[in-house]
Amino acid sequence: MAKTMVIPSDLNEGRKLAEMLLCQARSCGYGEDVCFAISLAVEEALINAIKHGNRGDASKKVTVVADVGPELARIVVVDEGGGFDPSSVPDPTLDENLEKPSGRGIMLMRAYMDEVSFNRQGNAVTMIKRRPAEESKAES
Amino acid sequence: MEEKPAGMKMAKKGNVTVVELLDRKILDEFSIATISDKIFALVDQKSPAALVVDFAKVDHMSSSALGMLITLHKRVRERNGQLRLCNIQPSIYEIFAITRLNEVFQICKTREEAIGQVTA
Repeated sequence: MAKTMVIPSDLNEGRKLAEMLLCQARSCGYGEDVCFAISLAVEEALINAIKHGNRGDASKKVTVVADVGPELARIVVVDEGGGFDPSSVPDPTLDENLEKPSGRGIMLMRAYMDEVSFNRQGNAVTMIKRRPAEESKAES
Repeated sequence: MEEKPAGMKMAKKGNVTVVELLDRKILDEFSIATISDKIFALVDQKSPAALVVDFAKVDHMSSSALGMLITLHKRVRERNGQLRLCNIQPSIYEIFAITRLNEVFQICKTREEAIGQVTA
């Protein structure tokens, strides 16, 4: 069942929430690779929401809707910012961008999760990670 | 002699400074800023710097930490110094590979190998 949590724009709060979701994923029996992926993607999404979305404004909140079940984890992170166009973020792996210090968060989220999508406004990201087939087989 | 600022431990090995990252997770702006301020100060003091950053204890890293390393790499290069990263766990190495930063940084398997390369 999905659980909704609201935190202030504070990186420490974000870190605590990410830890909590990691514990949930572990208690659902996901392997270390999946837990690493969920944790990394959630942390990147929370940093984006707090830093770029809400621009660190303490009066703005970040809402996280998390449904971590035995077969998949679905996590939505919503900020109160104006949103952005994800297609406008340059590819950090192009030669000309390799030495730019920023712009890798979304790429890592996409690399580690099975699905990453943004709402039209660009202030909410939905990330899905499914239990890999080999983990299901190992359990049965 | 060893010095222990928050999140890192510095040790000298001849002309080489080895920075061992002590936090398991290098994620948020504050801890990244603390670490980078110390390392950047060191690079600015000693020119050319010979620097090894040891990741043995790190099992989690954010894209902001990658950004800090890129800035460090540029700064060391501007001062004709040398930087090596070492002891990177496979899960963290994958982040470098996905972002192609394994092509930007010189990454060694062990601390000894890294020290050997910057003193060579």
